[in-house]
Amino acid sequence: MKTIRTLGLGLLLAVFALFINLLFMGNYKLSSATFDLYIIQNNISSEVFIKDLKNTTVDNDFSTPFYLANSIAEAVESANTYHRENKEWNQVIWAKPHSLAYKIVKSSGQGIVVQNKFLIWLLSFGLAIIGALLFMLPAIRLKGPAGIKNNHIYHSNATNRGWIAWFVFAFLILFYLVLYFRPSYMINWIYIVDPISEFLSGNPASQWFLYGFLYCVIMTLMAVRMYIKYRHNNYQILRTTSVLFFQIVFAFLIPEILVRFEKPWYDFKNAFPLDYDFFFRWNLNELLESGGFGLFILVWGIVLSLVVVPVMVYFFGKRWYCSWVCGCGGLAETLGDPYRQLSSKSLFSWKVERWLVHGVLVFALLMTGLTLYGYFSEAYEVFGIKVQTIQDIYGFLIGSIFAGVIGTGFYPIFGNRVWCRFGCPLAAYMGVIQRFKSRFRITTNGGQCISCGNCSTYCEQGIDVRAYAQKGENIIRASCVGCGICSAVCPRGVLKLENGPEQGRIGSNAVLLGNEMNLLDQLHDK
Amino acid sequence: MEHIAIIGNGISGITAARHIRKRSNKKITVISSETDYFFSRTALMYVYMGHMKFKHTQPYENWFWKKNDITLKKGYVKQIDTAQKNLIFSNGERLYFDKLIIATGSKPNKFGWPGQDLKGVVSLYHKQDLDAIEAYAPNNSVCKRAVIVGGGLIGVELAEMLHSRHIPVTFLVREESYWNSILPSGESKMITHEIIKNGIDLRLGSNLKQINSNEDGTVKSIVIAETGEEIECNIVGLTVGVSPNIGFLKHSTIETNRGVLVNRNLETNIKDIYAIGDCAEQRIALEDRKPIEAVWYTGRIMGETVAQTICNKETLYTPGHWFNSAKFFDIEYQTYGRVNSEKYVKPNESHFHWMHPDQTKCLTFAFDKHTHTFLGINAFGIRMRHEIFNRWLDQNKTIDYVLEHLEIAHFDPEFYKTYYPEVLKKYNVETNKTLKLKSKSWSQLFTLKS
Repeated sequence: MKTIRTLGLGLLLAVFALFINLLFMGNYKLSSATFDLYIIQNNISSEVFIKDLKNTTVDNDFSTPFYLANSIAEAVESANTYHRENKEWNQVIWAKPHSLAYKIVKSSGQGIVVQNKFLIWLLSFGLAIIGALLFMLPAIRLKGPAGIKNNHIYHSNATNRGWIAWFVFAFLILFYLVLYFRPSYMINWIYIVDPISEFLSGNPASQWFLYGFLYCVIMTLMAVRMYIKYRHNNYQILRTTSVLFFQIVFAFLIPEILVRFEKPWYDFKNAFPLDYDFFFRWNLNELLESGGFGLFILVWGIVLSLVVVPVMVYFFGKRWYCSWVCGCGGLAETLGDPYRQLSSKSLFSWKVERWLVHGVLVFALLMTGLTLYGYFSEAYEVFGIKVQTIQDIYGFLIGSIFAGVIGTGFYPIFGNRVWCRFGCPLAAYMGVIQRFKSRFRITTNGGQCISCGNCSTYCEQGIDVRAYAQKGENIIRASCVGCGICSAVCPRGVLKLENGPEQGRIGSNAVLLGNEMNLLDQLHDK
Repeated sequence: MEHIAIIGNGISGITAARHIRKRSNKKITVISSETDYFFSRTALMYVYMGHMKFKHTQPYENWFWKKNDITLKKGYVKQIDTAQKNLIFSNGERLYFDKLIIATGSKPNKFGWPGQDLKGVVSLYHKQDLDAIEAYAPNNSVCKRAVIVGGGLIGVELAEMLHSRHIPVTFLVREESYWNSILPSGESKMITHEIIKNGIDLRLGSNLKQINSNEDGTVKSIVIAETGEEIECNIVGLTVGVSPNIGFLKHSTIETNRGVLVNRNLETNIKDIYAIGDCAEQRIALEDRKPIEAVWYTGRIMGETVAQTICNKETLYTPGHWFNSAKFFDIEYQTYGRVNSEKYVKPNESHFHWMHPDQTKCLTFAFDKHTHTFLGINAFGIRMRHEIFNRWLDQNKTIDYVLEHLEIAHFDPEFYKTYYPEVLKKYNVETNKTLKLKSKSWSQLFTLKS
């Protein structure tokens, strides 16, 4: 068993090395034919740009995608600087330099990777999947009978902020930075999922397709780990299956298939304000131009946020979304599960959390308000503020940096729900409902708590569960995503997630602390 | 301002301090020689196993004490001068108190075995025990084998701890089946099986004769009394119960027996001196309870009780119906009311026992054989609702009523399979009855209506 595990780890490390190597492989040549086509298709009128690239780049050989991408992006920037100085506004290239570079690089690749997409897919993704399974499956035997086996989590470099954790931290952050801001650097990773993308949507893969595919693969593999770890716990098994289903079917397959039928790309479970660009002008226009189906999406999106979300939170708590449906939650509950103990439980963190998460919600609502006002008044500026600027700031700070780079990159150091806890505007919205108007609670089982602290330690949302449990109080917190792990790790059977009448949901039961003294006096005291 | 001194920063002393602070602005000093801050000793095992860090066992952040104006003092009280109302510390320092709460807890028992004080002989009670276990049994190359003596709850915890680091464990248990002085035989057998299933070398009916020493004063081996067998080991865990930690009161005027003698108000024979928690001994045992109970929640209740009395609201210690919980490797255990083992079974006590075929879940119900009043339940591998059983015990429900309404007492996580139809079926067969399971009703669950 141990040998199989070591073999799996070896395979994973080898594949990791291959993945890194892939970044540097192949050669890149922007042919004049491709370039001319691109110029025509995209209505680029900047002669400076065209001349610059023709002199320095077109028909030259590049051995990595980085130089090609950089030289294109630099050409865009220097051309734009020139045109701005000369106030030649019609010649300015409005596309973001590295988005433009990505598109050109994508059609310039040659050599081994482009010619052997499927083979390299097998060697990378295929072997990674096999390696991960070999690494994880032996846990069934190695970790002993079914039950809570959190042994050595705080002895391991990977899960106790040791060097492995810092390495993963750095890698994840780099990955997200490249994904959001320099996608052409990972062009070879994108090539190898082209065949899958073409099969699903008919189009070659974009960096977002790669990300979606990677997301599904990683979630599936880490869900296998969850199935093994919590094989005694039906709540965990069902919940994991649910997030996996919604990720693969709703967030990945359906949108791609929609594209194949020339419908707008849409994830039916992604609710505003997490789906922050739902009301952006370009999206509304696209939906309205897509006929009946577009209109259906528009209505569904509004109903989802304004009716489905609050009603479901009332009956089941925000867990129905955060740990049963949501994609961010899905990754946090699978890939992030080994890191859940790292979330801070301090009162200070709780204060920061409340300011930050509600701040993001307010930001998202203000931005959407401005956007809609601008949309209906057909203005690009509202109160002297460019709507586009606000949207760009939100997209950069919240959409990319907070949700992506920090949201996932911080897993190995600050726990797996940094985004959900401190940043997600939808979580904030549902949290308010959960706190004040919901049937959901975590019931504390009378006086059985021994204050051991397992519940607090393993709460990914940083809730000090024990603080309530040891007083015999139920846990009613806006941030609770109902993952159920506190209940799972409790060695004394003290905690139970359940939905019930609102009456008596919050109050503690002093009698049950085993303390029957002066019962009437105590009731009187309250 | 009145000065309340509390010796001991465990659950009893800290609960007392917190509740006195809630009710008054008296000056409060909590003294401990063990740790700077309150921690949950029940969680020490999880620190060794790597589930938690030591700081996670501390229920309050370090700023809590200053914010609540509770002074923490590290020091060892050597003696109490009751006439002068002075505590005398081991360094000679004195501290005046107006009222004193003794909450010094327990110390692990040692029964005079040869070699019981060798290096590598440990218990599992204090923070220092955790440090010693970490030092003598960091892994299975330093510690080739561990021997645990004493078949109670702490013994099985220590076994699980050492097992988590793949250290072979030999577990000496005096009884013929694990914990069978407390558990009815079906349950005792099930847990015995669970211990063996986890790879523990369980030796039933075995007592320790002596611990042999290496030249450097470390543990070399132990000898089993019954067989004379010598077992080489590097660490010996003595987990043969605890007794009140009151050695420092030997020469004081405070009256003691095994523990500090107290009345229902938790007062000792000296005015303004109280004792709570593991170290307190009731002069007259409460009905159905032992005079000394070393249990987490009784310590907490005594802390709350004494706080009220000290804040001018005289309150009797009233712990209510017995309950408790534990975990044996992967099997959780909860008990409400009283279910006695065959050894201590009451004349009127009858049992109904159900066990799942996989031997990881079972329920035992005790009831009065004449009146059929429900007396208690032992639940293994199934979580049960404290509130409901407390209510049923209060209301003297019959065993039939309890069995019919088990659904509302269910506390396992959502989507867990329930076994109550099987339980009831077995009961119906055994008693020739035709009881039917009532469905769960929220109004019954969340109100005090029957």
